[in-house]
Amino acid sequence: MAKTVLAVDDSRSILQMVSFTLKGAGYTVVEATNGQEGLAQAQKQKFDLVITDLNMPIMDGLTMVQKLRASPSYKFTPILMLSTEAGADFKAKGKAAGLTGWLVKPFEPQKLLGVVKKVLG
Amino acid sequence: MADLPQQAFREEAYELLAELETALLELEECPDDMEVVGQIFRAMHTIKGSGAMFGFNDISSFTHEVETVYDLVRNGQVHVNKALVEISLQARDHIQNLLDACCNGAEADLATGTELIAKLQQFMPPPEPQLQADTQLQADTPPKTVATTESHELKTYRIMFKPHPHILQNGTKISALLEELADLGTCRSIAQMTRLPSFEELDPELCYVSWNVLLTSTCDEDAIRDVFIFVEDDADLNIHLIDTGEEGEEEGQRLGDILIGRGEVTQNDIDRVLAKSKRIGEMLVDAGLVDQDQIEAALQEQTVIREIQEQRRSKKAEKMPVSSSLRVPAERLDELVNLVGEMVTVQSRLSQVAALRHDADLYSIAEEVERLTEELRDSTLNIRMLPIGSTFSKFKRLVRDIASNLCKEVDFVTAGAETELDKTVIEQLNDPLVHIMRNCMDHGIEMPDVREAQGKPRLGTVFLGAEHAGDSVIIEIRDDGKGLSTAKLREKALAKGIINAEDSLNERECYQLIFAPGFSTVEQVSGLSGRGVGMDVVKRAIAALRGSIELHSTEGAGTTVRMQIPLTLAIIESLRVTIAGASFIIPLTAVEECVELTYADIEEAHGRHLAKVRGSLVPYIPLRKAFGVSGAAPPVQQIVITRTGGRRLGFVVDHVIGEHQTVIKPLGPLYKNLRTISGGTILGDGSIALILDLAQLMHQADTLEKQVEIEHE
Repeated sequence: MAKTVLAVDDSRSILQMVSFTLKGAGYTVVEATNGQEGLAQAQKQKFDLVITDLNMPIMDGLTMVQKLRASPSYKFTPILMLSTEAGADFKAKGKAAGLTGWLVKPFEPQKLLGVVKKVLG
Repeated sequence: MADLPQQAFREEAYELLAELETALLELEECPDDMEVVGQIFRAMHTIKGSGAMFGFNDISSFTHEVETVYDLVRNGQVHVNKALVEISLQARDHIQNLLDACCNGAEADLATGTELIAKLQQFMPPPEPQLQADTQLQADTPPKTVATTESHELKTYRIMFKPHPHILQNGTKISALLEELADLGTCRSIAQMTRLPSFEELDPELCYVSWNVLLTSTCDEDAIRDVFIFVEDDADLNIHLIDTGEEGEEEGQRLGDILIGRGEVTQNDIDRVLAKSKRIGEMLVDAGLVDQDQIEAALQEQTVIREIQEQRRSKKAEKMPVSSSLRVPAERLDELVNLVGEMVTVQSRLSQVAALRHDADLYSIAEEVERLTEELRDSTLNIRMLPIGSTFSKFKRLVRDIASNLCKEVDFVTAGAETELDKTVIEQLNDPLVHIMRNCMDHGIEMPDVREAQGKPRLGTVFLGAEHAGDSVIIEIRDDGKGLSTAKLREKALAKGIINAEDSLNERECYQLIFAPGFSTVEQVSGLSGRGVGMDVVKRAIAALRGSIELHSTEGAGTTVRMQIPLTLAIIESLRVTIAGASFIIPLTAVEECVELTYADIEEAHGRHLAKVRGSLVPYIPLRKAFGVSGAAPPVQQIVITRTGGRRLGFVVDHVIGEHQTVIKPLGPLYKNLRTISGGTILGDGSIALILDLAQLMHQADTLEKQVEIEHE
């Protein structure tokens, strides 16, 4: 059964790229354009993986991750963040919020697949 | 259509720019509205991020600068004023221009960008070095990819991965990490359950297990760290290179050393426990210093390292022929050998002097020098050793040419091409070998039709092989041709006057006739061989190498020529003996043992020169008599029992002095015809000793024996 991925990003182009890449690799992808929307989608169905942007209107990525982790069904779900930052500061904050891993923008589609494979197994 | 994401980005960017314009104008109205600032920041951020994603690097790097300013505004470090908004609007227009330029494929106006950035930077607080560095990093560092720097050496790493209990709560899947690790190379992992609590206390959401992984891979440590990149703060990770894949490593580490290396026990722990006498692993477990899992892991490591080293050794063995080498002119080597020869002579003088002085200090130095000289001699002579194979390959061509010349079909088989011989010896062997090979092909192998008629395969075989036998090398040349007829040989020898009609020859002696000067068995002299100067020349050449040659044949089945050649010509191990105070040298390779010979023994033998050596009778030559030395022999003489050419023969001497390293010196042209002495050497005290040619002495003895027999008759 195809694994399901929730992709959350306010940038349509990024969303499209993530979605396109993952669908091409056989994943089922559901899109959301901000944290709030993402949370709503995550409550509707259980995803195997969540990929989210950091800076988004309405609800940012980290807040969404914190809320997701608080829910029992997402306690152990891998969550990846796409970010332009990769400093120790960001990593610590991300980890505290419950991130599994991150991907620094810009990235190659191949790299995205690599990281997805790393956390999904 | 071709660039779908790029197209999407452009549309998105135009929308964001419009949004940005509105927001900036709004900001001019209420410069303290953080909501608006956030909006501006996000728009910039998205343009930057997506721009970089889809290859709009000019846009991305410019926008980054603007974003940086608004990040500071967001954090309250920079205050918004009209001037900032003014420049921001210009910056926004510039982004749009860049985007337009990209769409139309026009040149981007980078100068304006630089100018705007300069203006924007005036708004920033004096840059803290830290911040500057960060910015630099972001702008310049290309995205870090999982770079697997491949080197060709296989390295083995010990990876100790000890996750913190809460690691699973970040969505980390350890199985995925271990699988990724396994993709890097050959991987062996052992789970350690030491921390596992009892079932009642077990929290299923926590991770209690840690892993020891042994990875053999060509990747570097960074590639391994990359696997654990997301969990480096959630786990203790230790990566040690335990085998570099390079040579010169010592033997596989002992278990204790491995455990110490891993920091699991100390040397003291080991020593304490070692006092008992169980296997070290059990002992450490019993002592509670490590647990079974840790021992398992360490044992596994030991096995892996051993296997790797084993593999490497076998690989190295395969590689042997291409080992690096140095080309040195032969003269330099000859010079070195000469010097070592001098050294050996001087050393034996030193040993002799030391023995005379009874000075313990001097004696120990002399011994040391002796040992070193021996090693020096061996390694120097070794340098001159070459595999005989190079000569063999030359013969392949020779055989082919001769065969086609004679219209014969011949298969050439070689063995022992790797056998090493002194360079000079190999060179001097060439001509004799060519001669013998020609004889094999010419006289030995029959025409294909003849062979077929005799029920032999049409294809004749000539075999050339070499092998080591002690201090010498045996070279054998064999053919499956018509062989030699003893009757024919005898007939021929009689006709040529080599033997007399009454000479009784055994089979072996008959075959050796072929080496007599002026002997040739072929009816018609061919262009290739059979000029009658063949085999005696060969024999002389081999004798010059201090070697021996023999021929055996079976009529109709083939002929075998065997040569025994000493490894080197320069220095030999030998036995020094004396006769009436003069020293003689007997090559040690030929010596089997030394026994005493008393007057009583001589009387018992009734005048025949035979000694009883452990039940069997061995003929001997009294060298005193053979050399015509005057004076009486000592009451107890020594017989040096030797074996040459498959025969045992004793040589009676006055005293046996002992082993001696002999540097062979030629006797000079004056003594060219001297048969029983093959050379001379200078002894430690400066006197001269002669080297006995055992084969010649034996030959002489045979002749003497015959004369004795004739006298008896």
